[in-house]
Amino acid sequence: MKGHGQTRILGRNKAGIAVWLIGALLAAPLCCAAPTDPSQIPNIFAPQSTPAHSIFRLSLLVLAITGAIFAVVFSLLAYSVTKFRKRVDDDGREPPQVYGSNQVELAWTVIPILIVLVLFLATARVIHSIQDAPQPPRAIEVIAIGHQFWWEFRYPALGVVTANELHVPVSNSSSSTPTFLTLLSADTDHSFWVPRLAGKTDLIPNRVNHTWIDPEQTGIYLGQCAQYCGVQHAKMLLRVYVDSPEQFNHWVEEQKKPAVASDAVVEGRRIFESTACVNCHAVSGTIADGHFGPDLTHLMSRDTIASGAASNTAENLRAWIQEPDAIKPGSLMPPMQLNKKDMDALTAYLLTLR
Amino acid sequence: MSSESIALSTVGDARPIGERLHDWVITVDHKKLGILYIVYGLIFLIIGGIEATIMRIQLIVPHNHFVSPEVFNRMFTMHGTTMIFFVVMPILFGFGTYLIPLMIGARDMAFPRLNAFSFWMTAFGGVLLYFSFIGGNGLYGAGNAPDVGWFAYAPLTARAFSPGHSTDFWTLALLVSGVGSIGTAVNFIATILCMRCPGMTLGKMPLLVWLNLIMGGMLILAISPLTAAQIMLSIDRYLGGHFFDTQAGGSAALWMHFFWIFGHPEVYILVVPAFAFASEIIPVFSRKPIFGYPVMVAATICIGFISFSVWAHHMFTIGMSSYGNTFFTVTSMIIAVPTGIKIFNWLGTMWGGKIHFKAPMLFCIGFLFQFLIAGLTGIMLATSPFDWQLGNSYFVVAHFHYVIAGAILFTIFGAFYYWYPKASGRMYNETLAKWHFWLFIIGFHLTFDFMHIPGILGMPRRIYTYEPGRGWEIWNLIVTIGVFFQIAGVLAFVANLLWSLWKGETAGNDPWDAWTLEWSTSSPPPDYDFAATPVVQSRRPLWDLKHPEDPDWKYE
Repeated sequence: MKGHGQTRILGRNKAGIAVWLIGALLAAPLCCAAPTDPSQIPNIFAPQSTPAHSIFRLSLLVLAITGAIFAVVFSLLAYSVTKFRKRVDDDGREPPQVYGSNQVELAWTVIPILIVLVLFLATARVIHSIQDAPQPPRAIEVIAIGHQFWWEFRYPALGVVTANELHVPVSNSSSSTPTFLTLLSADTDHSFWVPRLAGKTDLIPNRVNHTWIDPEQTGIYLGQCAQYCGVQHAKMLLRVYVDSPEQFNHWVEEQKKPAVASDAVVEGRRIFESTACVNCHAVSGTIADGHFGPDLTHLMSRDTIASGAASNTAENLRAWIQEPDAIKPGSLMPPMQLNKKDMDALTAYLLTLR
Repeated sequence: MSSESIALSTVGDARPIGERLHDWVITVDHKKLGILYIVYGLIFLIIGGIEATIMRIQLIVPHNHFVSPEVFNRMFTMHGTTMIFFVVMPILFGFGTYLIPLMIGARDMAFPRLNAFSFWMTAFGGVLLYFSFIGGNGLYGAGNAPDVGWFAYAPLTARAFSPGHSTDFWTLALLVSGVGSIGTAVNFIATILCMRCPGMTLGKMPLLVWLNLIMGGMLILAISPLTAAQIMLSIDRYLGGHFFDTQAGGSAALWMHFFWIFGHPEVYILVVPAFAFASEIIPVFSRKPIFGYPVMVAATICIGFISFSVWAHHMFTIGMSSYGNTFFTVTSMIIAVPTGIKIFNWLGTMWGGKIHFKAPMLFCIGFLFQFLIAGLTGIMLATSPFDWQLGNSYFVVAHFHYVIAGAILFTIFGAFYYWYPKASGRMYNETLAKWHFWLFIIGFHLTFDFMHIPGILGMPRRIYTYEPGRGWEIWNLIVTIGVFFQIAGVLAFVANLLWSLWKGETAGNDPWDAWTLEWSTSSPPPDYDFAATPVVQSRRPLWDLKHPEDPDWKYE
């Protein structure tokens, strides 16, 4: 908007300029978008699992139909606005007064009803295929429990408990092993959403929900909590590691082992067991048996801490234990306020929990 | 109150300022109460806009530290609650209160005192909500505000997760303003059914009146479950109830059902009066009667009924059975049919007319364009599997802002310019109004077009910050830039309203050569509205007067 002149030009040829302007605005950011690793973008239009694929195919139909409706109605609007505007040489007479037309009304009632029918039937089929899919006997069962503000994952058949980073085997034609998740919540509502694998399903206290995924390619798939759950809803991040069958079996074997007990870090372990850490965290083979926070038995097998808010390095661990609010303000982990010597020992101990 | 309301009462009044202000407090006149509603809504529009701006500045880059997560969560809760309950509803009620008696040839509402009571309840509701900034933590200490989100899902509202009193302020504010809304609805219905002038049968009412009648009926049905839910929540919080307390066996989904059986009809409660504005403005500026009047009424009644059967489309992700999801998919899609009929009828009204591009019409054309897109993204969201991806993402935020800002707010701006000459007696400045339109529509599209994209790329709503490298940065930057265009547009709007009040040209009774009864009386109308009760023969009584050779009543 540069001034009256432009306002007046826009006034004369609104439709044309508006279309041009919107086109330019759409194109501009595409040219200057920063390069990003596409596999890190949780794009719903880059599906890698059956539920996400079914939704993607349905969405193409919906987009085609809505796009066609838009094209027709927008053309009518643009045509009316340009064709029926008051002319400069207007004679001042009123246009013919038309009150309506039953035939036209009938047409624009019946045609939308037919469109709705088509859309509805296509949708009902996809709802059924995703929600009522039977669980095959080979499926991996996982119980996902939402907490303020992290994820607990339990594999009851495998005896594994972990947090925030869900490991599942790849599921393709050579080995079909979908993962079926039971979704629970320990406190408020949460929502499990990994866009490239499936639509979201909420985790609601006092309620048992289900979802399933069968990722067809190995890799890391990102997601996060999609239902507002409190102060740190934003940093309740979610990572799904899709492993090859061998990698997955290896990971399960490692996770089933008890915690490493190294003599070199006895002092750190003593500090861990004698502070409030044990109220919330569990480490197998120690007195630590808390359930409010993530299980730390194999803490160092995870890439991130604080539900994906920071990478799992020695410095970040220290910073997190000393002052969690610096990384995730409002997190329910209290600051431990240890002196430097104790902190060194505790960090050294945690770093051995592979 | 603002200088505007004072100035409006100043015209031709030499009494001391205290006496004139006192008039506004004790008034039971529908015109003054209408203006009070509207000015009150505008003040909250500025406040809600500031809250939105704070959120958008926080999200302009990833890992920003402009505000803390606590403040961000309060901002989106207050922004949503304010905009719905204390901006759009009061402004729409204000227009209804101002216009309905004038349009049906009455001298006031059926219950003038109830009218005043309803306004002051709504007003105190808003004040109560904002008092939470000082009193939210009660004796605990510093100021606070509700931070549970505008639909306040259980069990986040339980005392275990929301200590202090901020949630109670939210609950009571909606309870109190809900009482006001019920009063308004009763008053609208009684006025419209009982106070019409001779000759104005139901079939000859202006569409604005019809649509407000339907809105009133929906309001009574929709506010009741909300009020019930607020009382149940208060019982949970203070009297040991367990309706929504999941730790004691309560149900979180129950709250969702209660809230959304209010919440979805509420969308139509807001949009039906917006349709009403468009249905008055588009014919006058196309110089043709509304196309398919009976169909427009029937379609709105259909929308009113169907809107009570779609609420769980807000809950597609809570794990309903496939049958439940299928049912709410079909009802949500069906509602697109009467809505589409309305859009086609507005187009039919413009078709073959002589369109005058004054500010009210520009805003209505903007409304048609944006409402079309909002309806189409609505169909995408009604497709429940698609909603499992898009629900609770920024796509949804973009969608409902397309409805509430792109459609409803645009018609509200149109209505302001259309009826400003009637209420103030002066014309607004057309150039400034066009600046408002173009700045606002550019800002709107920069913000809300590009807001769909991060949703598609997996960005959930209500996050105070986000991780870099997920492809969201550029879109959030553009979205925030758009906000500043919108602010500039709103400043032009406010400046126009205030400046024209003193400097605007005298408008005369009927500046638009319009056809409904409010244009037959003086501008601003006298206290008694009409010196003699009008008698009408058709839907466009002033057309009949102006064109005795070709009156409407011959054809209706």
